[in-house]
Amino acid sequence: MYVYDRHDQKIVDERVAQYRGQTERYLAGELTDEEFLPLRLQNGLYVQRLAPMLRIAVPYGLLNTRQLRALAAISRTYDKGYVHISTRQNVQINWPELAEVPDILAELAAVQMHAIQTSGNCIRNTTTDQFAGVAADELADPRPYCELIRQWSTLHPEFAFLPRKFKIAVCGSREDRAAIHAHDIGIELVPNDAGVIGLRVLVGGGLGRTPVIGSEICPWLDRRHMLTYLEAILRVYNQHGRRDNKYKARIKILVKAMGVDAFRAAVEREWQAVKDGPTTLTEDAFEYAESFFTEPAYRELDGADEARALDRQCADEPIFGNWVARNTCEHRVSGYRSVTISLKATGYPPGDITAENLELLADLADRYSFGELRTTHQQNLVLADVAASDLYTLWQALQAEGLATPNIGYLTDVICCPGGDYCSLANAKSIPVAEALQARFDDIDYVYDLGPLDLNISGCMNACGHHHIGHIGVLGVDKKGEEFYQVSLGGSQGKDASIGKILGPSFRQDDMPDVIERILNTYVSLREEEESFLDTYRRVGIEPFKERVYATAD
Amino acid sequence: MPRLIKDGRIVEEPTAPMLHSLEDWQALTDKTGTAVQLEPGDDLSPLLPHLGSIEVVAVSFPAFMDGRCFSYARELRERGYTGEIRAVGHFIRDQLTYLSRVGVNAFAPAGDLDLDDALGSLADFTEFYQASNNEPLPLFRRRT
Ligand code: SF4
Repeated sequence: MYVYDRHDQKIVDERVAQYRGQTERYLAGELTDEEFLPLRLQNGLYVQRLAPMLRIAVPYGLLNTRQLRALAAISRTYDKGYVHISTRQNVQINWPELAEVPDILAELAAVQMHAIQTSGNCIRNTTTDQFAGVAADELADPRPYCELIRQWSTLHPEFAFLPRKFKIAVCGSREDRAAIHAHDIGIELVPNDAGVIGLRVLVGGGLGRTPVIGSEICPWLDRRHMLTYLEAILRVYNQHGRRDNKYKARIKILVKAMGVDAFRAAVEREWQAVKDGPTTLTEDAFEYAESFFTEPAYRELDGADEARALDRQCADEPIFGNWVARNTCEHRVSGYRSVTISLKATGYPPGDITAENLELLADLADRYSFGELRTTHQQNLVLADVAASDLYTLWQALQAEGLATPNIGYLTDVICCPGGDYCSLANAKSIPVAEALQARFDDIDYVYDLGPLDLNISGCMNACGHHHIGHIGVLGVDKKGEEFYQVSLGGSQGKDASIGKILGPSFRQDDMPDVIERILNTYVSLREEEESFLDTYRRVGIEPFKERVYATAD
Repeated sequence: MPRLIKDGRIVEEPTAPMLHSLEDWQALTDKTGTAVQLEPGDDLSPLLPHLGSIEVVAVSFPAFMDGRCFSYARELRERGYTGEIRAVGHFIRDQLTYLSRVGVNAFAPAGDLDLDDALGSLADFTEFYQASNNEPLPLFRRRT
């Protein structure tokens, strides 16, 4: 993974010193709340319902074990001994003291981490596929691109006070696991006719109050123009994005208002001014970035042998077999698999993990996965490079600590924002809904029978739980001061991304497990053979679901 | 006498430049040695043919969160403007590094911003990833 040199380190250290000064000035009354707000936000600090929340950047989801241990230590010293993995692959702690945040940032800087631009109206952490570099369906490794974007966007002088937040995602594989259609800018690495990898650029996707699927503004861009082209897009947005209404300030609204062709033309105009300038990427720059994402020292394994041995182990111990089937996936290198560790055990808030378990995973990553670990936007963790012959011992270690819940991609792998338990913007709680659903659907065979199913919960319109792109989406709404939940169906991420459709009037929290059960029963009764929930929905539409859910409700 | 930060020093200004609004400025027949103030939302293009004769472009911050002026300054420099770019209005000290990096070289804040403190903030950072006014090459072209 990327390693700072003295330049990177200096930037992060100077940022810590700057923020220390800002915090001191704020505490001394020299900065107003209003002035301090964007400064703390751009260093990851929110002031939440109960306490501040610090969001720590995990660039494109990659962590080494030194960083994992530092996060565990920080959560113990400054917080309550656990952290939360966010849907933007970042790590959040919920109870730090405002005055101690500069110390936390200094400890992060010591392990080459920071919280720069994890919130505020600026360019946020660039996200990508959690299986980057190891996926069997990958065309190009997105991580060097992400790193170049990270550097370019970090403390960019022109774009620190944008109309609104700005999110970029990159995908380099056939299947899109980075939800690039739901980002302000989505980049897909694609070959042109000559087989040269370049960038397909989408713009104006996003969730929130007005969910929109991104539009293509460039089918193929030479990769050396990546940064100047991004700069041109950002400049058009910075100058013309709306600033009078925060609900209309995202780039998707600007693209809609201008029309995608006019927007593209405006970008082209700006681009001509900076194209081929010093920000044009060089081959050396790519080589340098790529040099950090080389293959680890894989053992030479006989894939067929390994597969047979694994099959035997799975047959001998069906619980292990379940876990292998659900929580591991194919790896580019023969004899290896990628393992997803579910943070969705029933009874725990989705995405939360304790300091002890972080340390355990650090040990396991050192032993079995080249000392690296990844966060996913589904709020799970990934050990990307595990030899098939190590899976059984790894599983035993995970199982002993309750970290082997075999539900990746299934109903109970609920994606859920922190919601009303933590977040001051929430309309409703989200974690209790997730927990009630996990408790109701605790029959794992039933859950498997339902097939792959994304259930996403957001506590408000900000859509941190990505409810619009869940096959089943749940949104907390406020009805005369009471917490209600609106359900939508048919959303999806991936290359055929779609926005879910609202089922109808919203429901009380207590009714949610029944409502979801009726939706699932409808699916089960209508599906044909092996048809997935999403395919059935796409075939029959929303009406049959509506009828049954509301009919029974009377 | 009014004081401001200019080219990294605190200076006194005996006579302030006559800042025209964009509209008034456009009406001037002779643009030599003129000064114009851009408000967020103004269109930069009328200035472009006259970059050689304008003496001061002021970029205005009615509110410090409005970041449009950062793009104005950067574009002016990219198009070869070498005269003064002056930030006026309600920007805050913590924006000075960014502002100087996009090409603002004079700072005349409204309100009670202490110029000595502000001057200190100009040195918050000494290393940068991006190409900018004070560092023409991005870090990826300078790494050794
Ligand atoms: S979706 Fe709303 S409630 Fe949930 S974390 Fe985001 S802002 Fe908070």
